[in-house]
Amino acid sequence: MNHLTEEQFVLYYYGEGDGSPGVREHLDACEACRAEYAGLQLVLNVVDSAPVPDRAASYGAEVWQRLQPKLGARRRFFNPLLWPARHWAAAGAMAALVVAAFLAGRYYPKPTQTAAAPQQVRERILLVAVGDHLERSQMILVELANARPGQPLDVTSERDRAADLVTENRLYRQTALRDGDHNVASVLDELEPVLLEIARGPGQLTPEEVEKLRARIEADGILFKVRVVGSTVRHRQSTL
Amino acid sequence: MELGDSVAVAQARAGDPGAFRVLVERHSRNLFRLAYRMTGHQQDAEDVVQETFLRAYRQLAKFDERASFGTWLYRIAANCALDTIRARKRRAEQNESAVEEGAPDPIQSLPDSAPPPDRLAMSGQAGQRVAAALNELSEMERTAFVLRHFEGMCIDDISRTLGVQPNSAKHSIFRAVQKLRRALEPLVSAAS
Repeated sequence: MNHLTEEQFVLYYYGEGDGSPGVREHLDACEACRAEYAGLQLVLNVVDSAPVPDRAASYGAEVWQRLQPKLGARRRFFNPLLWPARHWAAAGAMAALVVAAFLAGRYYPKPTQTAAAPQQVRERILLVAVGDHLERSQMILVELANARPGQPLDVTSERDRAADLVTENRLYRQTALRDGDHNVASVLDELEPVLLEIARGPGQLTPEEVEKLRARIEADGILFKVRVVGSTVRHRQSTL
Repeated sequence: MELGDSVAVAQARAGDPGAFRVLVERHSRNLFRLAYRMTGHQQDAEDVVQETFLRAYRQLAKFDERASFGTWLYRIAANCALDTIRARKRRAEQNESAVEEGAPDPIQSLPDSAPPPDRLAMSGQAGQRVAAALNELSEMERTAFVLRHFEGMCIDDISRTLGVQPNSAKHSIFRAVQKLRRALEPLVSAAS
């Protein structure tokens, strides 16, 4: 008599596969397999004892409290054609205010005595933001670089994330340039077209498109550069 | 009257933040359990819950209303958890190389496979052994196993969630079960 394989036991335990009646019959008839299966059941029952920290009934409300401010800052289902004129006017006024505030901050004479500490704080905040940006970009690049060759790939989620990262990337590149941080600026400059290509591409990639994108990432060595600069940024962050 | 998921999703898509809040409050605890089982870390699990809802909110327009919102959310959470596990692994690798280059923080490069103190305090010996055994699985094995064993997802759904062939998902589960058996059988034998 052929005994059941471990794979058959696992499939039977989880109710997967179409061989359940045969497995049941075999188990009824074969003591060795019955003992083997009982061993598997015991182990998998023990796995259920893995502890999970409990969360109170109010946990959902707590998550919402933390989440709500972030939702407002995110890109929503925005259609400019449906935006009322008063919103455009308000947006224009807000943009003018931001520009005015920027220029005022840039050209208004600043006291020099206390400049060092805020500058350090500003640099630290910027480094944290850039480090986080590079890490998120790296995740997308890694996912694409590790895609299975010859297979289509759903990149809907990566595409959305890349779209968000493009805007941030421009902002950080300009800031890095202004601060004279040419290494970071240069990598962000190289990263932008790759992010754009992902953001503007289709959500479902054919095997050829996957291959093309992967070749592009590899040819530019962008993943390596992002890793190196990300690591440098984190190191600088820890020394500030 | 309690708002059903499909009604809440439709209202959230129409721009009602209160409806999205209903979904967040309803699914947060289950998502945390999934995220914790996949990552093995409380803070990582908290981050996964947040990121899952952010991604879900951004992609709400793409959600197919004929599907189950919970299943869709779980798929997003599983992918977020995978991203987190990979990022953690990369950080550990980078820290290791930084230490090699003489960077000053050797503590950060310690391997992350041991259960954290909060979990040790909360669990008995069996729980600790199980947690340690789960930590020995590869990210794919652990994810596929958690989705099958704890979340009851079928192999086809797991393969779609992870973007792999059903055979690959199936073999990840087999390997996970084999490793868990090897690690836990002594414990089970001693108890019986």
